[in-house]
Amino acid sequence: MSLSKDQVKHIAMLARLKLTEEEYAESVQKLSKIVDFVDQLSQADTRDVVPMAHPLDVAQRLRPDVVTETNERDHLQQNAAAVSDGLYLVPKVIE
Amino acid sequence: MSDSHGKLYAQSMTELAAGLDSGDYSSVELTESLLGRIGALDAKLNAFITVTADEALAAAARADQARASGKGGVLNGLPIIHKDIFCTRGVKTTCGSKMLDNFISPYDATVVEKLANAGAVVLGKSNMDEFAMGSSNETSYFGPVCNPWDLACSPGGSSGGSAAAVAARFAPAATGTDTGGSIRQPAALTGTVGIKPTYGRVSRYGMIAFASSLDQAGVITRTAEDAARLLGVMAGFDQRDSTSIDQPVPDYGGSLNQSIKGLRVGIVRQHFDAGLDAQCAVRVKEAIATLESLGAITVEVDLPNLDLSVPTYYVVAPAECSSNLSRFDGVRFGHRAEKPEDLMDLYCRSRGEGFGDEVKRRIMTGTYVLSAGYYDAYYLKAQKVRHLIADDFKKAFADVDVIAGPTAPSPAFRLGEKVDDPITMYLNDIYTIGANLAGLPGMSIPCGFVNDLPVGLHLVAAHFAEETLLRCSHQYQQHTDWHKACPEDFQ
Repeated sequence: MSLSKDQVKHIAMLARLKLTEEEYAESVQKLSKIVDFVDQLSQADTRDVVPMAHPLDVAQRLRPDVVTETNERDHLQQNAAAVSDGLYLVPKVIE
Repeated sequence: MSDSHGKLYAQSMTELAAGLDSGDYSSVELTESLLGRIGALDAKLNAFITVTADEALAAAARADQARASGKGGVLNGLPIIHKDIFCTRGVKTTCGSKMLDNFISPYDATVVEKLANAGAVVLGKSNMDEFAMGSSNETSYFGPVCNPWDLACSPGGSSGGSAAAVAARFAPAATGTDTGGSIRQPAALTGTVGIKPTYGRVSRYGMIAFASSLDQAGVITRTAEDAARLLGVMAGFDQRDSTSIDQPVPDYGGSLNQSIKGLRVGIVRQHFDAGLDAQCAVRVKEAIATLESLGAITVEVDLPNLDLSVPTYYVVAPAECSSNLSRFDGVRFGHRAEKPEDLMDLYCRSRGEGFGDEVKRRIMTGTYVLSAGYYDAYYLKAQKVRHLIADDFKKAFADVDVIAGPTAPSPAFRLGEKVDDPITMYLNDIYTIGANLAGLPGMSIPCGFVNDLPVGLHLVAAHFAEETLLRCSHQYQQHTDWHKACPEDFQ
C-alpha cells in the first residue's frame, strides 16, 4: 500500500470529509491503487516543458470594475438550511 | 407505442421542425405524446431525475402561440432534455448527488437560457453520475441508468441518462457535459451521436463545475444534422464565463452537405493495440473504409504520449474537483448534517454524508496531489505532461483534418462489472480524455454493432473545427443507417 491509514486520515481532514472506519479501510486500498497508477507520470521526460495552465493560448480576460449584480439575498437564501435576519446560521465559533 | 401522427418519437429534430412548420401537429401535441412515452417507459431505464411536465406543456403552448403569430426561434416547440448538471431556475438541480437533492436553482445556466430563448421545450432533467464523476452512471445517488439496448448493461457515463433517453426515443436531443469523455462514451455505448465542442466554445456558466479546465457542454442527438442545429444555438461568447472564447459562431448546418473528398483522416496505430476489443476494431476500421470510399484520405499519425493521458487526467481532474467541491460546506445550500457539535463537525459530516464514494475518492485524490510535499511531483508534473500531449495533437493536426478511431475500448459493459475497480473504470475513457486535456472538439457517431450492442466511431479535430466533425459525421450518416437503428423494447 503506497498510502497509510494515517495519511488517508490526514487527507480526509484536509478535505473536510468525515469517513466511517469501513470507508477508511476501503480508501486506503483504492487511493493507493490510484496513486500507484498516476505514479507512471514520473517516467515522462518533462525537462524544459512549461506546465499547461489553459487548453488554449489565451490570457485571462478582465472586465470593467462596475456593479453588475443585483441584490438577491432573500431569493438565494431559500436554499440554506438555517438563516436568520438575512444571515447564515452556523454552530457557535467564538465562546 | 404509436400516436395519432405516426411515430413522432422516432423522428429527428429536423423532421419534427418540418412537421410543426407545416401544421401537421402542435408543439403541445408533440410534448404530450413524448411525456406519455416517458411516463410509460422510463421505469425501465431510470433516465430521468425530474420530469418537468407542467413547465414543458407551458413552454409548448408559448411556442405554439409564437408560431401562430409568425414568430419563434430556430428550436421553436422542439423537445429536449437537460442533463441535471445545468442549473434550471425554479427546478430541482441535483447533479446526481444527495448533496443537492434539496437544491432548487435560483438561476438559469447560459445553455438553459439560450435554448429556452430559441423556443426549445424542456421535458426534464436527466440522470447522471454524481457530479459527472463516473463512466457508467452507477455513481448517481438516484440509481444507475440502464442501457436501452440491453437493460442489464450500463449506458456509459457520466451523461448516461441523456444518452439512454435519446437512444430510447424519449426526445430527439439532450444536453450533456464532457470532462474526460462523458458525452462521447455514453453516445458510443447507446448508439447515439455526441459532440464535445472546443474548450470555451459553449459557456460553462450555471453548469455545476467538476474540473474547470476540462469541462465543456455539448449535445447528444441521433443525427449530426440535429447536433449542428443545437450547437449553433448553444455556442458563443458569454461574459459570465471567464474562459469563454470570443469568436464568431459559424453556420454549422450550412456546410453539412459539402463532400469530404480530400479530407485528411489521421489514424493512430496505438488506438488499435491490445486494449481495444477485436470486434470493435473491425467495426471502426469498416467505418474508416466508408470515409475513404467517400473520398477521404487516411494518413498514419503518431501520438507518442497517448498512454500518459489517463494518469495525467487522474491528477488534473481530481485536483480541480477537490477545489471546486470545497464550496459544498453545508451552510449556504446543499445537504446539512443534523445537530452539528461545532463548525468543523458541520463541514465534515455534511460533506461525508452528502457525497458518494467515488466523489469522496476524487476529492481525496485531488487533495493529496495538491498537498504540501506532493504538488510538484504530481500536479505540476501532470500539467507538464499535459503540455506534451497537447503538442502531440498540434503536430498531428498540422498534417490531418480529423483523427478517427474508437470512442470506447468495448461495447456497453454490464452494470456492476467494473464498479469495484476504479482503474479499470478510468481506462474506459482512454480514447476520449486526450481531447479534453488538449481542449479539442471531439465527436462520437454510431458505426455498427458487436453482439447487438452499438459501437462508436470517434472523431477529433483542431480547435474550433466543429464544422469539420459535423460535416464528416453528416456525410457518413448519409451513406450508413446505423443511427436509424432503434432498440427493440423502444420501437
